[in-house]
Amino acid sequence: MKLNELTIAEVRRLLDNREVRPREVLDDVYGRIDEVEDRIKAYITVTRENGYAMAADAEQAILGNRASLLTGIPVAVKDNLCTKGVLTTCASKILHNFIPPYESTATGKLKEQRYLLVGKTNLDEFAMGSSTENSRFHTTRNPWDVERVPGGSSGGSAAAVAAGECIAALGSDTGGSIRQPASLCGVVGLKPTYGRVSRYGLVAYASSLDQIGPLTKTVEDSAILLSAIAGHDPFDSTSAPVEVPDFARVLGQEIKGMRIGVPKEYFTGGMDREVADAVYAAIRKLESLGAMPVEVSLPHTGYAVATYYILATSEASSNLARYDGVKYGFRAEGKDLMEMYRNTRAQGFGAEVKRRIMLGTYALSSGYYEAYYKKGQQARTLIRQDFEKAFEQVDVIVTPTSPGAAFRIGEKATDPLQMYLSDIFTISANLAGVPAISVPCGFTAGGLPVGLQIIGKHFDEEAILKVAYAYEQSTEWHARRPSL
Amino acid sequence: MRTETMAASDKYEAVIGLEVHAQMLTETKLFCGCSTKFGAEPNTQTCPVCTGMPGVLPVLNRKAVEFAVKTGLATRCRVSPYSRFARKNYFYPDLPKGYQISQYELPLCEGGYVEIVLDGAVKRIGITRIHMEDDAGKNIHEGAGNYSFVDLNRAGVPLMEIVSEPDIRSPREAAEYMRKLRSIVRYLGVCDGNMEQGSLRCDANVSVRPVGQKEFGVKAELKNMNSFRFVEKALEYEIKRQIQVLEEGGKIVQETRLWDSAAGVTHSMRSKEEAHDYRYFPEPDLVPLVTGQETIEAAASSLPELPDALRGRFVSGYGLPEYDADLLTSEKSVAGWYEEAVKAGGQPKAVSNWMMGELMRLLNEEGKSIEECLVRPAQLAGMLQLIDQGTISGKIAKAVFEEMYRTGRGAGDVVKEKGLVQISDEGAIEAVIDEIIAKNPAEADRLRVGEEKLMGFFVGQVMKAMKGKANPQLLNELLKKKLR
Ligand SMILES: [Zn+2]
Repeated sequence: MKLNELTIAEVRRLLDNREVRPREVLDDVYGRIDEVEDRIKAYITVTRENGYAMAADAEQAILGNRASLLTGIPVAVKDNLCTKGVLTTCASKILHNFIPPYESTATGKLKEQRYLLVGKTNLDEFAMGSSTENSRFHTTRNPWDVERVPGGSSGGSAAAVAAGECIAALGSDTGGSIRQPASLCGVVGLKPTYGRVSRYGLVAYASSLDQIGPLTKTVEDSAILLSAIAGHDPFDSTSAPVEVPDFARVLGQEIKGMRIGVPKEYFTGGMDREVADAVYAAIRKLESLGAMPVEVSLPHTGYAVATYYILATSEASSNLARYDGVKYGFRAEGKDLMEMYRNTRAQGFGAEVKRRIMLGTYALSSGYYEAYYKKGQQARTLIRQDFEKAFEQVDVIVTPTSPGAAFRIGEKATDPLQMYLSDIFTISANLAGVPAISVPCGFTAGGLPVGLQIIGKHFDEEAILKVAYAYEQSTEWHARRPSL
Repeated sequence: MRTETMAASDKYEAVIGLEVHAQMLTETKLFCGCSTKFGAEPNTQTCPVCTGMPGVLPVLNRKAVEFAVKTGLATRCRVSPYSRFARKNYFYPDLPKGYQISQYELPLCEGGYVEIVLDGAVKRIGITRIHMEDDAGKNIHEGAGNYSFVDLNRAGVPLMEIVSEPDIRSPREAAEYMRKLRSIVRYLGVCDGNMEQGSLRCDANVSVRPVGQKEFGVKAELKNMNSFRFVEKALEYEIKRQIQVLEEGGKIVQETRLWDSAAGVTHSMRSKEEAHDYRYFPEPDLVPLVTGQETIEAAASSLPELPDALRGRFVSGYGLPEYDADLLTSEKSVAGWYEEAVKAGGQPKAVSNWMMGELMRLLNEEGKSIEECLVRPAQLAGMLQLIDQGTISGKIAKAVFEEMYRTGRGAGDVVKEKGLVQISDEGAIEAVIDEIIAKNPAEADRLRVGEEKLMGFFVGQVMKAMKGKANPQLLNELLKKKLR
């Protein structure tokens, strides 16, 4: 077996036992990239030289018995996380040449542990999209069927993990951007509680919804990577000053007696048959492990997508105002300031980004603010209260991650509304700020992965990890690999 | 013509509200650790946060909150236990984020007032609100050819915006109000109050209405008035302009106008239609600002005695007129100097007269502040004692004081060295009187028969002969005895 196919936990054992060296793990990862990347296109930038330099450093730490969990582990990072001295583009022309002079807090924590940066992965431009088709550079392919999308926006990270082009990856999730691609690529993706991981250095799409999280091959790896990046950060006022437990500690604990909420509003059609079957089977599996399914109601679910597209685009319209050609990134000259602004933003942003900037600008405009933004905030409160009420009865809530398996490239590209609906099951967790994880729970007849979403209470990632792990250990889905 | 204009202006009343921006004297910027020092090389006091790099986040400077709370308390505002930051969105090269972080719906302080003294009467001007916001940078148009340079040293420097009620009725009141605010922020040490350098800036909303009308007229917003004098001049001009428009049957349009100090006029900058839609919405990168009772109490207990309280004490304690008290308390250092002089034995009204007269005249001539004054308060008190004791006359004292001012020496020394001691020796004065009478027999006879005004002539002649050193009271008595 090649080292690139292993998990964080497995590589850790080999490194700690001095059976392999960090550079050997990297050799296999880059070997795999050489082998499949032209078919997958998971990366925007492969940082080979950087990676090997970091490997030398990691090796010293291991030899000096200064290794920690992530020392010498090759990790891919979504290209909207700032990495000091390494090109960070957000898959946008407007940042095509941007090299940050600072490090994001999340990758900074991995750096302290001497992780190995494999490269920066593809995404929908500024994380706006559900397929990576909105990348200004290229579309990433789903390793299970290269004619299909990997999901998005963290499609590059999900595909890289699924294809064995890294050991694990970081993504970001604003409305499902970690969980949906994890589901479509058959890997584990976790969106932490809002405030659990510092957003410093994550290029903002929608500040009140964005969270950084892990995409991994197993639930155990998800717990390990989350423990590494979580925690209060004085540079992010919205990061919560709460204790970070060792998330891996709860893995293997029994789930007997846990109450599993099944929201009736999520199982009312609009969902692919095969997806529904897989999720029902997963619920029965959890029941067989001693958990108790309970029907719950999240009555405002129907408003989630509309609420999301008002609030997220409003924040985006403001967050993306800084890309004006004045200070950094792409600039298109003009005869005066106004023309320079217009040319820069017209040429620098792609169609979907412009669509969202316009939507958000409209929603915040005077005369419309009350009807849109303010209403959206009120709806958001109701959606959060739905979860609070449901969590009075249950410990976690399970749903499908995505209403369908991976779709064909181009299939939804011309219909933004259809595309927006592919996040229908994931958006609510961002609006409510609660943690959620997607784990593989089956395959369609066509051999495409299906994901199960497990949603938890605020700052109760332990519960979703515990249930996800119990489910994973009693099934074989996670062991399957795409044949490339 | 002239009488007509006078009549027209009498028919109208001006309604003025001021928006004052005060730069806070914190060491570091509002949302990052950069220095706020004025005058450094362009872009040397910047970091990823204040230059609006992708993915960075603001962290609130607690000192700025403390300063704003103090200012709120000093202007009798309610300090809100819960306030919020909001984004004010607009594009400009000196605004690196594409938005200013300000406060909108829930400001930190609301509903206060300050008192001004005009023609000896006290008037209250309401304060609508005080909120915090970050400053923009500066565009530099020189030396860049067809381009402009941007200096972001000032970007992110903390400002307070102090918004008054439309309680101001004349340009003089406006200038007085500005002086009072300046005085308060300087007492508190939260702003240096320098209008020329822009650390205190003022915009005005001004309208006119027929005397007796309750509704406000259509207002213009005036900008760019960077001195007390210009505030007064610009408002005078604008009020006259508006009255003229109305008198000629025209209509005032709502617009923003720029004061041109060189031409002494205001120009239209943009109309209401062209006004920005700032698309305010709550800043998602900052949590709501909670200001607890302890914070407010701590700020309250650290407040110095403020100008209004001091003014009241000067009136009741020292028996000074409102006018004297207001002037002496406009600067903390002046008030302190005054009290020291009184404590050293100076008669309160006499000290006030000498400070507002000779001392201020001499300081103003050299553009010096009272801190730079060589004369110590006790020395003025000492000089006043010499006058009381009859050692020197009031007239001589002026020369003595000027010498004290130049050299910093005490009154006694100056008097002794220059031989300025008053002559109260009856015999010596009588000898000179006799001499003068002998020289002017005709005038002496006319006085004896009742031509009273010649008394002054003899006083003057004797004084001249005695180089001003004769005790004036004694001289008068002796002259009357001899010539009646
Ligand atoms: Zn800074």
